[in-house]
Amino acid sequence: MLITRRAEFSASHVCAQSSLTAEQNRELYGAAANPSGHGHNYILEVTLEGDPDPVTGMIFDLKMLKEVIQKNVIEPMDHRFLNYEVPPFDKIVPTAENVAAEIWKRLEPKLKGERARLKNVRLFETEDLYVDYVGASL
Amino acid sequence: MTRVTRRYRFAASHRLNSSGLSGQQNGELYGKCNNPYGHGHDYVLEVSVTGPLDAISGQVMNVAALDRLVQAQILRDFDHRYFNADVPEFLGDLVPTSENILRVIEDRLSAHWRDAFPDTGQRLEGIRLQETKRNRFELRTN
Repeated sequence: MLITRRAEFSASHVCAQSSLTAEQNRELYGAAANPSGHGHNYILEVTLEGDPDPVTGMIFDLKMLKEVIQKNVIEPMDHRFLNYEVPPFDKIVPTAENVAAEIWKRLEPKLKGERARLKNVRLFETEDLYVDYVGASL
Repeated sequence: MTRVTRRYRFAASHRLNSSGLSGQQNGELYGKCNNPYGHGHDYVLEVSVTGPLDAISGQVMNVAALDRLVQAQILRDFDHRYFNADVPEFLGDLVPTSENILRVIEDRLSAHWRDAFPDTGQRLEGIRLQETKRNRFELRTN
């Protein structure tokens, strides 16, 4: 069985590589390369998979899930400029793909319940563009 | 594994009427969708792409390249059109149900996939078509 919790954060970023010229970055990332950055209202969907506990009827305590997301993702990323304030995005480009993988990395160790495991991280950068990350091994 | 999904919209009309059925049978099978002058929907199309995450660019694909492909192969021909009269695949016996529209979209995207992504590992993973807010069709492509 799957359960999904949704959360939102607003952050700014710029997609550009220091090894490329401004023109090359512009070609690769389009408007997202504008040097002063721009922002999104990111929507995060965290999906866990597991079997419900026969006593509690729950896969994972949703209050705890909310707190884990809040502490590890929302607090460090909300209303921040990812490139300047949220490592590792001082070193790697904060594309939606990389942000989703980083969120997985932060959440996965915290969500290893007896009956549940992290199944999918879905990150909407806009309503019309989203990324699913299911871990490095698959 | 990383999957990137892009959402597109187009408005189009269609009429469901199979040449293999009588007028009465078509009416019974397709109901209002068989009304002779057709009717329209605001379709929402989702295209999902998987591939290796490029360590340098941090991207699975260049979204602009997918936008150009979908614009040229799908939206230009489908948006504000009547499937039964304007889209070549549906001029014959093929009924423009969402199932068949999905197949046509897959064929069109696959046929031009390598033009958009010439030498990289991007793969069309799936397409979803929402006809109305209450129904959605999905085709996994492997």
